[in-house]
Amino acid sequence: MSLKKKITLTVNGSVVNAEIEPRRHLVDFLREDLHLKGPHLGCEQGACGACTVKVNGQIIRGCLYLAVQADGCVVETIEGLTKIGALGDLQEAFMRHNAMQCGFCSSGMLLAAAELIEKQPNATREEVREWISGNYCRCTGYHSIVDAIMAVLEARAKGEKIKPVVALA
Amino acid sequence: MKAAAFDYAKPKMLSAAIALLAEAGEDARLIAGGQTLLATLNLRLSEPSILIDITNLDELKGISVIGNQLRIGALVTHTEIEDSKLIAQHAPLLKAAVPHIAHRAIRNLGTWGGSLAYGDPAAEWPACSLALNATMLIAGPNGERRISAQDFFIDLYTTSLEPNEILVATEMPIASSDQVFYFHELARRHGDYAVAGLALVANKAGNVLSECTFTFFSVGATPVMATKAQALVEGKSLNDDLIASAVAAARGEIEAIADITNSAETKQHLIGVLLERGLKHLIA
Repeated sequence: MSLKKKITLTVNGSVVNAEIEPRRHLVDFLREDLHLKGPHLGCEQGACGACTVKVNGQIIRGCLYLAVQADGCVVETIEGLTKIGALGDLQEAFMRHNAMQCGFCSSGMLLAAAELIEKQPNATREEVREWISGNYCRCTGYHSIVDAIMAVLEARAKGEKIKPVVALA
Repeated sequence: MKAAAFDYAKPKMLSAAIALLAEAGEDARLIAGGQTLLATLNLRLSEPSILIDITNLDELKGISVIGNQLRIGALVTHTEIEDSKLIAQHAPLLKAAVPHIAHRAIRNLGTWGGSLAYGDPAAEWPACSLALNATMLIAGPNGERRISAQDFFIDLYTTSLEPNEILVATEMPIASSDQVFYFHELARRHGDYAVAGLALVANKAGNVLSECTFTFFSVGATPVMATKAQALVEGKSLNDDLIASAVAAARGEIEAIADITNSAETKQHLIGVLLERGLKHLIA
């Protein structure tokens, strides 16, 4: 029984070929094999949300998904989404509202927040809190995170965009 | 923790998946969304020899209406149910229940069929399938068979699925215009498993309920119906006295089981709280 499988996937716009053990979950593959350190590993049980990445356009828990399952898929991480500016206004709002805290949860928070803004552009503060409760912040900094997300929702509702002050990497 | 080593296969046909399952024996596990399975693998609570990924099987996909039946494929994700117009129209109970399932990143992968086949008594879909009188469509080496949700959930994490069988889809009657429902669960944090929950479905004319199902979950080893309470309100005008009698009947007939943080007494109490809220909601 060969325990290694060949996979081909697109990560942040680049085609990646790899040979991996089926037990390797996606975040270990991204961090250890592709050196993408943006997605973090917290609980490895799907509770904390630090590992959140996008697969085929949807956020998922990277610790509850095997790299071998991503064969043929499009994977996006905080690195790729930052580069194309997809999260620019959210990232700026996070900085303005001091929502970054220690930053360990931030990549997951940003990806989760981006999907909320896409799916529920009229979300109330209560709905934002409910949605973001799937991502743990151990700095207890939810208030500022919710403030930042609300600021983006409000700006977008008015057709405005929070312009990043810091140039994108 | 990391999962122990296992092999992985992704068949393209249902027949191939069933053959693989038979060949691999009891050490094999099916994986669809994997939102419970991967956590148990990471914790090494489960160490299968092979994962059979069934996400390529077209027979297990899609939501459709066939006559007066709503068919939900086993691979339909929680998010697909959340976003589906067919579900909102024909099974509004499911639409009401879905936001209680974990969080969006998990709902994007976790599946209807996975939740049913796992048979977690604290999960929403087993209770909803029971409340809506669903029929499970199951494929195995000897062809297909059908079984009612009532007979499907046997015990804690135990269903009538044989080790070499695959849940393909469920069918349930579509909601009629006089059907009313109530779904609520009490949880410590939104998205956590329920301490206790209720899926209530009935037909309503004025204040009179008929064809009632009061299905409680996270109180016993399987989702459980309060049949005496149901019979009590059936065909009678709903008022505060009748609600009080139904609450007492439900508390009396369901024997709640404690979990790691909540006593059986607490759950017994919450059964009544949920039913009272549900029935009052229907006459409000």
